[in-house]
Amino acid sequence: MMGKVRLKDVTDTEYLAPGNLACAACPEVLGFRHVLKELGPNTIVINGTGCLAVVTQMGVPRVPHFHVLFENAPAVISGIDDSLRVMGRREGTNLLVVAGDGGTADIGLSALSGAIERNQDFIYVCFDNESYMNTGGQRSGTTPFGARTSTTPIGKVVQGEDRRPSLRKDMVEIVAAHNIPYAASTSIAFPLDLMERIRKAAAVRGPSFINVHSPCPTGWGLDPADMIEAARMAVKCGAVVMYEVEDGVRRLTRKVRKRVPVRDYLAMQGRFRHLVDDEEAVAGIQAGVDRQLEALLARAS
Amino acid sequence: MTSETVAATAHSPQPTARFWNGNMAAARAAQRARVQHVAAYPITPQTHTVEYLSRFVNDGEMHMRMTKVESEHSALSACCGAAVVGARTFTASCSQGLALMAEVLYFTSGMRFPVVMAIANRTLSVPVNIWADHQDTLVNRDSGWLQLYAGSVQDVYDLVQIAYKVAEDARVSLPVMVAYDGFILSHASEPVDEVSQEQADAFLHPPGSIGRPLMDPDDPKQFGEVLFPEWYPGFEYKKHRAMVDSLAVLEEAFADWASITGRELAPVRTWGCEDADVVLLGIGSMMRTALHTAKGLRGQGTKVGVIELTAFRPFPEAAVLEAIGGAATVAVLDRDIGYGTSGMVYPDVVRGLYHSGRRPKALNFVIGTGGKDITPARIERCLELAGQDHGAQTVFWPDARGPAEGVPYGDASGPGAVGFGGARQGGR
Repeated sequence: MMGKVRLKDVTDTEYLAPGNLACAACPEVLGFRHVLKELGPNTIVINGTGCLAVVTQMGVPRVPHFHVLFENAPAVISGIDDSLRVMGRREGTNLLVVAGDGGTADIGLSALSGAIERNQDFIYVCFDNESYMNTGGQRSGTTPFGARTSTTPIGKVVQGEDRRPSLRKDMVEIVAAHNIPYAASTSIAFPLDLMERIRKAAAVRGPSFINVHSPCPTGWGLDPADMIEAARMAVKCGAVVMYEVEDGVRRLTRKVRKRVPVRDYLAMQGRFRHLVDDEEAVAGIQAGVDRQLEALLARAS
Repeated sequence: MTSETVAATAHSPQPTARFWNGNMAAARAAQRARVQHVAAYPITPQTHTVEYLSRFVNDGEMHMRMTKVESEHSALSACCGAAVVGARTFTASCSQGLALMAEVLYFTSGMRFPVVMAIANRTLSVPVNIWADHQDTLVNRDSGWLQLYAGSVQDVYDLVQIAYKVAEDARVSLPVMVAYDGFILSHASEPVDEVSQEQADAFLHPPGSIGRPLMDPDDPKQFGEVLFPEWYPGFEYKKHRAMVDSLAVLEEAFADWASITGRELAPVRTWGCEDADVVLLGIGSMMRTALHTAKGLRGQGTKVGVIELTAFRPFPEAAVLEAIGGAATVAVLDRDIGYGTSGMVYPDVVRGLYHSGRRPKALNFVIGTGGKDITPARIERCLELAGQDHGAQTVFWPDARGPAEGVPYGDASGPGAVGFGGARQGGR
């Protein structure tokens, strides 16, 4: 069960039916597909409102799948976890929550925190596209500094997300502070890594959390053809660090030998167009990325 | 925890009388119903219920798990998780907690989950107030939950078990609230006739055996899907229809319960209505005060009837109209207010009367909000006001400070004046 996931091990069985409502090149459905391939048919999915819930309506998943409210997926899965135990049916079933960054980092944070603190046995996958894309691209707690969204427009006085040049709400570290048995940060661009993180999460007795960085073609102003490349660039520049936290021990799961400048990543995206030529702004973002990486490396084994 | 055997009773084969408060009665009823899952968040005055159930679990008295959630929103959500895999599940709340749950109330009834919730009625802040009125449940009147109101601690015990029978009936498949007045019933201890586990098992089918679609990897299904406008009205109609039809199912359950326990319950419980000139109508424990008052007045020759609605949703309109009969005056007591109109029990009664063609004088008395004591004297004051001519005015606030005691609002200081002017005009 444990260990590296190799391409030849990945099942040909599909747990998502063909046809869904996602935008062209949306990588969240791709990620969901890989997650289900790793977990297999004995999986119950609770889908908190977000893009993925919207685009998988009308029978797309081939496993038991329940679209719940925006913020209550961890609470619903807690009730399932506890009830299946009482009824003697808990063994052999993966309990999976999928949700977006809004449902996870913002409106659903207290429900997630409660479920982790209670040591409920479930896997939580956050598909993080860094804003509320389901409703047309409003900012969220994980929207990076400077980004244009529909609620952080390019105005005459303020341009883009102006909270401060810290990057965004750091969900992996927030859940790690709960002493969660397993947490990880990965990216849609590295499906085998994603599946390996899922494999480890499924082996955990108790809660596990995986943040999956997922660019959004429409919200980020990306060429659909650049979707995976943009996700890769986020890792290459250090804006996204792929790592895991296992019983409190941090370990980089993908080391970047030679980082590319953050500007190269920003320049691919329409949401940063207003600032890529502003050297001061770009330097500020670069400094934020550097600080985040250094802080993590200082704590990683 | 107070649990004391006080007497044997005539009805049950293994009679056991207890001395319980309403919260204990709710918890013990959930235990007898063999609930497999509880998720609840403490809130005054419901808190005991959560504590008692925690104790039952830690003492090994119940085979169930409690999801000790971080909020009421999560409490009901966890119950929905339990229901979607087929577990019998229970929660308890009130007031602010129920308000926080509101989103999930609609979700629960839309999913047709047979969740049962005990509610120790408490008003909604602000001003901060932890005492009883029915504002918290009545603002959720249209959440698709059945609403049963207890008049005694015995009622709490009986109704929680009956609630499962109705909620899980395939003709209903809707969640049920069992409401009882905070402190007045939640904290006051009364003798309760307990059923044996054998009696409870004869009444309810075993938990987890409900025949409804479940989340099961061996039979994958999709839940909580989108429904486009073309089909939405049909879905809503079926939910509405289930609420209407639940009245007959509730009556069946009451009959079954009576055959096992000897205790007769009904959606509408009446006293002295046959020849009454004026009837008092309402929900909750205040109707027992009304009953006490009416009995006293009978002794003095005043013909007052009492109608206690045990079921508010479904609304037992036919039984209400039958009970009102030929009374000249209907005084609806509301421990709640639909701001700008009337109390929230009143409109359903008036609607029924309108369509029946009967035109008794139908007045509304908003009393006891925020836990203000409803005394026999207050009930008598309502009757006194009902006997006077106030023109077109229908809604009266006989216990509101500001207007002079007993003078209905709007009378004392000019048209439309609601003015809560402190002690300016006295009152008590």
